[in-house]
Amino acid sequence: MCVSAASPVEVEPTLTPDEITLVAKPWVTIVWNDPVNLMSYVTYVFEKYFGYDKLKAEKLMMEVHKDGKSAVSNGSREEMERDVQAMHEYGLWATMEKQ
Amino acid sequence: MSGFARHRRSGHVIATFSGFEADLLRSLASQLVELLRNEAAVPRTPDDSFEAMMDFSGPTMEPDDPVLARLFPTAYQHDEEAAAEFRRFTEGSLRDGKAAGAAVIIDTLEEAGLPPELSEDGLMIDVEMAEPAAEAWLRSFTDLRLALATRLGVEEDDDDVWLAMDDDDARSQAHDIYQWVGYLQETLVDALTH
Repeated sequence: MCVSAASPVEVEPTLTPDEITLVAKPWVTIVWNDPVNLMSYVTYVFEKYFGYDKLKAEKLMMEVHKDGKSAVSNGSREEMERDVQAMHEYGLWATMEKQ
Repeated sequence: MSGFARHRRSGHVIATFSGFEADLLRSLASQLVELLRNEAAVPRTPDDSFEAMMDFSGPTMEPDDPVLARLFPTAYQHDEEAAAEFRRFTEGSLRDGKAAGAAVIIDTLEEAGLPPELSEDGLMIDVEMAEPAAEAWLRSFTDLRLALATRLGVEEDDDDVWLAMDDDDARSQAHDIYQWVGYLQETLVDALTH
């Protein structure tokens, strides 16, 4: 009987969990504050497009509003290009960069 | 004018506009379509190499018009080459999508009875939309507001500037329209989320 399954993948033992995330998802989508977009609309977009719950969507929206920008998603370069394009479809000012 | 609401039974989004309001929205949406179609979305770099002539895939430079520059922001701030590539592959479809969204506004209003030329006084336009059309309106309201705000030079927390402005000032009137579209958008977000 097998009590504990052997780890299916060899994870580089010297990497912390944060570093592993960074290796797998090195790019971020950043949404910038602008004087036009409504707080309710920005929250709506984050919920609708990313599927975030209202709490997380509002937190990110407030970061955009108060700090001037917020990293709203991370992932591969291709994934982030899709997210940035989607944000531009919604009229949000978005850019991407490597973490 | 009371903005948008959700019809309880059908789940549709509804609104009633005066003929004047509907005509104004159609005019704004039409101008956006014109702008998106007229300003050339092609590479402007003078390059007569064979490769350049064979490449009509999309623009690589930020648009000249400030409204278009805001609608199609530069995706990579510190990498010109990547930014150009991103633009080449996305700006064409973004333009098409935004023009199609504005066209939904025009079509919805005309199907609801807005005549080609507004002549009749007291005309009311009742619109009723399922969610996909309402979403197209919502996104297009953003594009319209971004366009108006860019032309007006709207800035963060500048309400005092606009309040102090003479009512006869054309910019003050344009700002009122900008705020009205903002009000409509606010009620539409509300209708879509409740």
